[in-house]
Amino acid sequence: MNIRENIKKLLIEKPLKLDCGKTISKFPLAYETYGKLNENKDNAILVFHALTGDQFVTGVNPITKKDGWWSYAVGPKKSIDTDKYFVICANVIGGCMGSFGPSHENPETKKIYGTDFPVITINDMVNAQVNLLDFFNIKKLFSVVGGSMGGMQVLQFVSNFPDKAKTAVPIACTSSHSAQNIAFNELGRQAITADHNWMDGKYNSKSTLPDKGLAVARMAAHITYLSKKGLQEKFGRNLQERDDLKFGFDADFQIESYLRYQGSVFVDRFDANSYLYITRAMDYFDLVKQFNGNLSNAFKKTKTKFFIMSFTSDWLYPTQENKDIVIALNAIGANVGFVEIESDKGHDSFLLEVPDFLNALKNFLDKSYIEGNNEN
Amino acid sequence: MKTEYNFIANIIEKNSTVLDVGCDDGTLMEFLRKNKNVNIRGIEISKEKVQICIAKGLTVIEGNAELDLKQFPKNSFDYVVLGQTLQAFINPEIVIKELLRVGKKAIVTIPNFGNWKVRLDLLFKGTMPITSSLPHEWYNTPNIHMCTIKDFVRFSETINFKIVKSLALINKNISNISKSNIFLKNLFGELGIFLIENK
Repeated sequence: MNIRENIKKLLIEKPLKLDCGKTISKFPLAYETYGKLNENKDNAILVFHALTGDQFVTGVNPITKKDGWWSYAVGPKKSIDTDKYFVICANVIGGCMGSFGPSHENPETKKIYGTDFPVITINDMVNAQVNLLDFFNIKKLFSVVGGSMGGMQVLQFVSNFPDKAKTAVPIACTSSHSAQNIAFNELGRQAITADHNWMDGKYNSKSTLPDKGLAVARMAAHITYLSKKGLQEKFGRNLQERDDLKFGFDADFQIESYLRYQGSVFVDRFDANSYLYITRAMDYFDLVKQFNGNLSNAFKKTKTKFFIMSFTSDWLYPTQENKDIVIALNAIGANVGFVEIESDKGHDSFLLEVPDFLNALKNFLDKSYIEGNNEN
Repeated sequence: MKTEYNFIANIIEKNSTVLDVGCDDGTLMEFLRKNKNVNIRGIEISKEKVQICIAKGLTVIEGNAELDLKQFPKNSFDYVVLGQTLQAFINPEIVIKELLRVGKKAIVTIPNFGNWKVRLDLLFKGTMPITSSLPHEWYNTPNIHMCTIKDFVRFSETINFKIVKSLALINKNISNISKSNIFLKNLFGELGIFLIENK
C-alpha cells in the first residue's frame, strides 16, 4: 500500500465540468515522467495510455513489478527516446492507478464511489490531463502520442487544444467507436456485473472482489487484441502440459491456459469498476458526431502535424477507420502522413516488438523534432 | 537522381504547394523541398517506400492514386506531379482528371514508347521491347498502358486538357516539343515531360 501512496499526483484544484453535467474539483491526477524537460521546454511528449494501461509507460512498473506497458517504444534510444524527450503520462480519470476513480472514497458516504462515480468521457480525460502542461509550465508539447484509447485521446486533445501540440501520433484507433467495439465492451461489462461479488459496484473488502467477472472480461477482450493468424501460429491446437485430451473442462489447450493466465494476472492490478467506466468512455467516443457529422471540423483550427499508423491484422480498429481520420485531415489540407504496418499481431501490435512500427514512430518524431528546431 | 528532376524543378515555382503522386522513395520530394522550398506531400503505394520517406522526414500517405486522390478537395495543391507512372494505371483518363481536380496544374512524365530503340526492338526482334527504363517482360510489366509522346498529345485533345508546356528528354538534354518537331521528338525522346492544366 505504501508504494501506491508514493505515486506522483497532481491535485487539480480547478473545477472540471464533465460531459455528464457534473463538476469535479480538487481531484488527484496520478502521473509519471521520463527523461528531462529541456530549457526551452519544447521537448515534451504527452503519452496517453489505452484501456488497461497506466502512467508507468516504461521501466519497471513499481506496482506490478513488471515492465511498463510501452517498454518496447519508450526509453533511452528507443522510438520515443527519453534521452531526447521529456515523456509525461497520466493515469486517466476513472482509472485505478492513483487518479480520481470509482475506487476512491466518497467523502459523503465514507465508502468507495463505485457506480456513484460520475460517468466520464475521453473528452473529460483529456481536459483533466491538460492541467499537466500548466504544472510543468509547458506552452506547447512537441507531441501527443497514443494507441487505441490513447489514440482517441490524441484526437480529442488536438481538437480541444489546437495550438498545444506540434505533432500528433494517433495509432490503431478510431474517431468513432464502432458497434462491434461497443458490443465487445458490453460483453466485458456484463461479465463483471454478473459476478455476484460485484454487488452493484459496492464491493469493498479484499475477499469479495468481482475477480471472476473481471477475469472473463479480460479474457474476452484479449482475444480481440490478437489476430486469428497470430493465435493459430502461437498456439494452434497445442495441448497444455499433457499428452492427450482429458475429456473434461480443465485447460486442455494452451490457448485456454494462456487466456486464464491473462485473466488472473489482470485482476491483481485492475479495478472492476474502473473497467466499467473506462470502457464506457470509449463507447461514448464519437468525434464525428461531436462535430455534426464532419470530422474535418474537429481539426479545422489546428496546424499540428499528424502521423497516423494502423496494422494489417487489427480487426478491432481496422485500417479503414484510421484512414477515415487521414481523409478528414486531407480534406482541410492538414499536414498528415499515414502508413499501414504489416503485422500478424493484431491490435496489440502497437504494444509489441514490431520493428516497422517502432522505426516509423522513431523516424517521424526525430525528423519532426529536427525540422522544428531548424524553423526556430 | 533522375535527370528529369532538374527539369521538373524548373517548371515549379518557389514556395508553392506540391503533391507527388507515386513519390517512390521521396528523392524528388527532397530535391524540390531543398531547391524550391515547396510545401510538399506524397502518396505512395509501397509500404517500404513510405517507410523510406518517413525516415527522410517527408509527409507521405500510403495509398493508391486511383482510389485515394478523391479525398483531396479541388485545387488543394499548386502542382500535382505524376512521374512515369501514368502507364501503370488501370484508367489513365480518370487519373489525369483527378490530377487536374486536386492540383491547379499537373506535371506528368511518360516513358516514350515511340522512341526509336523501342520501335527497332519490335521491328527486328519481333518481341515486346525491353529497355533500361522499361526493363520488364510483357507478362510481368506493371506498365499496362504504354503510350508515346504523340499519343499523349492526342490524349489531351480527346479528354480535353491543355498542355501548357511539353518537353522531350533526349540524351540528358531537354528540348521543347512543338507541332513542327513532334515527329522527331517522338522518335528520339526517351521521356516526355508535360505541364498540363484544365482548359
